[in-house]
Amino acid sequence: MDFVLQVLLTFDMSIRLSVALLLACLAGLFSERAGVVDIGLEGKMLIAAFFAAVVSFETGNVWLGVLAGCAASLTFSMIHAVASITYQGNQLISGVAVNFLASGLTVVMGNAWYKKGGQTPTLTEGGRFYDITLPFADFFQSIPLPGPIYSELISGHKSIVYLAYLAVPLAWWVLYRTRFGLRLRAVGENPASVDTAGISVVRMRYSALIIAGILCGIAGAYLSTAQAAGFGKEMTAGRGFIALAALIFAKWRPFQAMGACLLFGFLEAISNLYPNIDVFGLFTIPVQFTQAMPFIMTVVILAGFVGKAIPPRAVGEPYVKER
Amino acid sequence: MNAMPRWADIILVPFINLILAFFVAGLVVLAIGENPFDMIYFMVKGALGSTSGIGFTLYYATNYIFTGLAVAVAFHARLFNIGGEGQAGIAGIGVAIVLLAFDWPHWTIAMPFAIIGGAAFGALWAAIPGYLQAKRGSHIVVTTIMFNFIGAALLGYLLNGILKNPDLQNAESRAFPTGAHLPTFHEMLAPLGIEFSKSAPANVSFIFALICAVAVYFLLWRTRLGYEIRSFGHNERAATYAGISSVKVIIVAMLISGGLAGMLAINVVMGEQERLIASFVEGAGFVGIAVALMGRSHPFGIVLAALLFGMLNQGGFELLWEMPAISKEMVLVIQALSILFTGALDNMVRVPLERMFLRMKKGAA
Amino acid sequence: MDGANSAGRQETDAPAIELVGISKAFGPVQANKDISISVAKGAIHGIIGENGAGKSTLMSILYGFYKADAGEIYISGQKTEIPDSQAAISAGIGMVFQHFKLIENFSVVENIILGAEDGPMLKDSLGKARESLKSLAKEYELNVDPDALIEDLSVGHQQRVEILKALYRKADILILDEPTGVLTPAEADHLFRILRNLKKEGKTIILITHKLREIMDITDTVSVMRRGEMTSTVNTVDTSPEDLAERMVGRKVLLSVDKKPATIGDTVLKIENLRVIDEAGVERVKGISLEVRAGEILGVAGVSGNGQSELLAVLGGYMNATGSISVNGVPIDLTGRESDGQSRRARGIAHVPEDRQTEGLIMDFMAWEDIVFGYHHDPAFQKNRWLMDNAAIRADAEGKMERFDVRPPHPNLQAKNFSGGNQQKIVLAREIERNPDLLLVGQPTRGVDIGAIEFIHKQIVDLRDQGKAILLVSVELEEIMSLADRIAVMFDGHIMGERIPAETDERDLGLLMAGVNEQQGAA
Repeated sequence: MDFVLQVLLTFDMSIRLSVALLLACLAGLFSERAGVVDIGLEGKMLIAAFFAAVVSFETGNVWLGVLAGCAASLTFSMIHAVASITYQGNQLISGVAVNFLASGLTVVMGNAWYKKGGQTPTLTEGGRFYDITLPFADFFQSIPLPGPIYSELISGHKSIVYLAYLAVPLAWWVLYRTRFGLRLRAVGENPASVDTAGISVVRMRYSALIIAGILCGIAGAYLSTAQAAGFGKEMTAGRGFIALAALIFAKWRPFQAMGACLLFGFLEAISNLYPNIDVFGLFTIPVQFTQAMPFIMTVVILAGFVGKAIPPRAVGEPYVKER
Repeated sequence: MNAMPRWADIILVPFINLILAFFVAGLVVLAIGENPFDMIYFMVKGALGSTSGIGFTLYYATNYIFTGLAVAVAFHARLFNIGGEGQAGIAGIGVAIVLLAFDWPHWTIAMPFAIIGGAAFGALWAAIPGYLQAKRGSHIVVTTIMFNFIGAALLGYLLNGILKNPDLQNAESRAFPTGAHLPTFHEMLAPLGIEFSKSAPANVSFIFALICAVAVYFLLWRTRLGYEIRSFGHNERAATYAGISSVKVIIVAMLISGGLAGMLAINVVMGEQERLIASFVEGAGFVGIAVALMGRSHPFGIVLAALLFGMLNQGGFELLWEMPAISKEMVLVIQALSILFTGALDNMVRVPLERMFLRMKKGAA
Repeated sequence: MDGANSAGRQETDAPAIELVGISKAFGPVQANKDISISVAKGAIHGIIGENGAGKSTLMSILYGFYKADAGEIYISGQKTEIPDSQAAISAGIGMVFQHFKLIENFSVVENIILGAEDGPMLKDSLGKARESLKSLAKEYELNVDPDALIEDLSVGHQQRVEILKALYRKADILILDEPTGVLTPAEADHLFRILRNLKKEGKTIILITHKLREIMDITDTVSVMRRGEMTSTVNTVDTSPEDLAERMVGRKVLLSVDKKPATIGDTVLKIENLRVIDEAGVERVKGISLEVRAGEILGVAGVSGNGQSELLAVLGGYMNATGSISVNGVPIDLTGRESDGQSRRARGIAHVPEDRQTEGLIMDFMAWEDIVFGYHHDPAFQKNRWLMDNAAIRADAEGKMERFDVRPPHPNLQAKNFSGGNQQKIVLAREIERNPDLLLVGQPTRGVDIGAIEFIHKQIVDLRDQGKAILLVSVELEEIMSLADRIAVMFDGHIMGERIPAETDERDLGLLMAGVNEQQGAA
């Protein structure tokens, strides 16, 4: 029973740790499916985490914090949009700039406002998210196996966790079952055909980046108001890039993205809970290896050794009408 | 048709971009209730106001010349090497292994070997993504990003394991032999009777960086390899027609790029730390992107841009004393805005300027 | 629907399209100059002109893809603003672009409804589109599997999807830009049948082409464009191919080149059973054998896309192949280490590629840099082991530019700043002055002004007279007829037949290009 509980706890932690990844990954999904490369996921999450923490702290209302996080992330997303869509600039460079800007601004403002070296004050009371206990969780607790699965694994998360996992089928439905999704996927494959079909390429790509901005905003807010209780310098710690890796791993598809994020969340949970894993006394798997796993796996996938990740065909190319 | 004269293309546009970046940065400073002109004053004073300031400025500039050249060489082959951070980190391992292997008698002997060690490790770390791009079509940007993280993990693992100094708590290597000490500007200038700050870390690597810049210029514009790299970068299909191997260009350009990024370890690990620590690259790999963009991927421009960013970085540290309300990360903001305006929003300035020049030309004709 | 019925003055015989004074410039290039044209309802109207005459630009303006700098558009007598493609579609205009605007990994039906969906949910749109595809297929012989992915369809079927896209949007006016360029003759025939059916249903069709025969075959009226201007519009029955050709080029075309009879020597190039499979796995060259002898020009004719480009790519060293090729009796490597451009040059093969802008030149390089392109390993251009001798290269460039009359003769000017003809002269100077045993030439005068054409032809003939072997690939029959000493016609990766210019005519060659060999029966 002890072992089962430990496994459950590990999975439970995997779920918690996968949430920000998943939301950022879905943000990247919308952006890249529309043909805009987004290596600025990290920066958008970071700026969102910061503003979510600041507004939550100042107002004591975590939902206002989430809103502020989304607004900040959206602003950054629009910087990326103006550079890469309106001015047809290099999307990669724009993404790098967004990441830098977030790293700098969060610390500069945080330090100017709170004088704690970039940290924001610890959130309390209504300023942060708390776990929700689903109905009958206590009741199920007593039932042997499915009981703990329900009460430990499924129940007892923050509301954003449920929101993130609901976003997956929603994203799938939007992409594959709606007119908007058809056009979005089309603009990432061949913008010229969308243009000649009488649809504005610019509008579609902006819409995608608006969605990406909001999703990254929620992801960032989750980090500072749910996973932690306040903002810390560089608190995204490469999660934006892991999300990007997950997106490639998932070959730009929503349900597979969920799988990839859970897997990468699981790896993070493992490295947190069991830093150095002793394999039957033969050798030790160092914590750094577990941490690097998502990146190693993505490189392997990208190299086409296991399956082939083919990105949307027009991704990264600014749309310029040919002459 | 060239819409703009050359000088406008290489000087005016980047200059306006830089002004815009500083203007927006100024707005940020205003927003946190400080005076941007004061900030600039203190930054310039901090960077250039003393030999210590100059020494730090040159030390940082050395790093940025290396990483800027690294990004630029790849740029010329139309490869975006975003992995300078990881390549420099791995190169640190190479430098450390070389310097810990022997009790080096003198830096003039140690330095060439350290350079080889660092370049080899940095080049290897860049060549794998290069190979995967050339042979397997994996996008070099994504792989180099992934390799930054893998490299950081590897460095962390080694510094907690076989490279760790057992006598210390921290994850760092043993100190290098004293014979491997690189002369600082203080030591180099003292025999000439010039007083230079003893504390400043600027060392002989700066001169090596300048040599590298000249070498890169010759490589790109005077050698067959450079000709092939530039041909490939401009037009891959035409390069194939001319019998230029894309695989060779991609891998060789990445080898050179990674090797150059690795030279940062000479300046920092060998020249300043004199031991290997985990986080010695400190974002210089990314700053290289800004430097290469600002310097229009030309070694001369890169040296200038590296000096500017070196000043910024040193000036940023100085703010800590003079204007504590502004943290040194303000430098990151300025760097970010420079990347944004010179790199991604270039057309915002370029297109109207081109129109203006075209109109002037028509008016004159 | 507004206005059309309520305005009583709406005449039923108003032209389907009327363009008045359309002008469009791209930067310093004037693509369309004050163009006016009128197309009657239910007519098939041809627009003919050379490459770069401004045909596609004009039609893209009508389709709202570009915005005109000046001019007015009338649809059925109503003045209509067409700021974007959406406006064109609502005005009843459909366009089939030369390069299809289809999404390769979408299904046919998804491509059809894109931009013309009924409501925000896809389900109903897809169902409706499937139904409507069925009836359109019956009506116009436009059969396509609605659930097939575009990338799995043949080019001809992809084109049908483009036409279906327009018809699904209820287009009354259909513009087709060079529709037969990529089609086999059978597919082209089928297309023309479809177009005639559409005409019967009262649709108006505009056909852009540079092929005289198509104009004569199918159109009712024809407009001729030259250098951005509309030079004339005539009824097709009142004109002849010769007359149209003259109007297109602007003067009597007598492309006969002044040349001596060939003095033919030994075989230089010998190709046997050559097969080429491209990256997509399609067999492009299907076992051809050819010979080119010293002192002769072998012209390879054919509709573009029938394997000529692949033939050049293999000879030039940038595509792998099977079979055998020998130069001066020594085989060349077709797949291994020695199958690159450098090795080919070392074997005395020079190559003027089909597309000088994407292959032959680096447009951002200065002329002197481009003049060593591909020959940058030549010891004459090296200062020492490491460095190239830029001064020597510049001096060499100056000489070549002078001898080939490149204007302006400035080696420091970037390639992109020269006109098409002068760019071609730079490439030609580079390749011909290597004094190769075998010269490969692809489309030597495409997009080149008349004056330069004569010069370029003369250079090629001169090289022949020096006893060199020349393989000329051109889609321009007249060019082949006047330059070549022997003509091989390619169709669908095969050599359909060989002819001696004096013993053949355009009709005979045209049939070969369409895959029909009258001497041997159909392919």
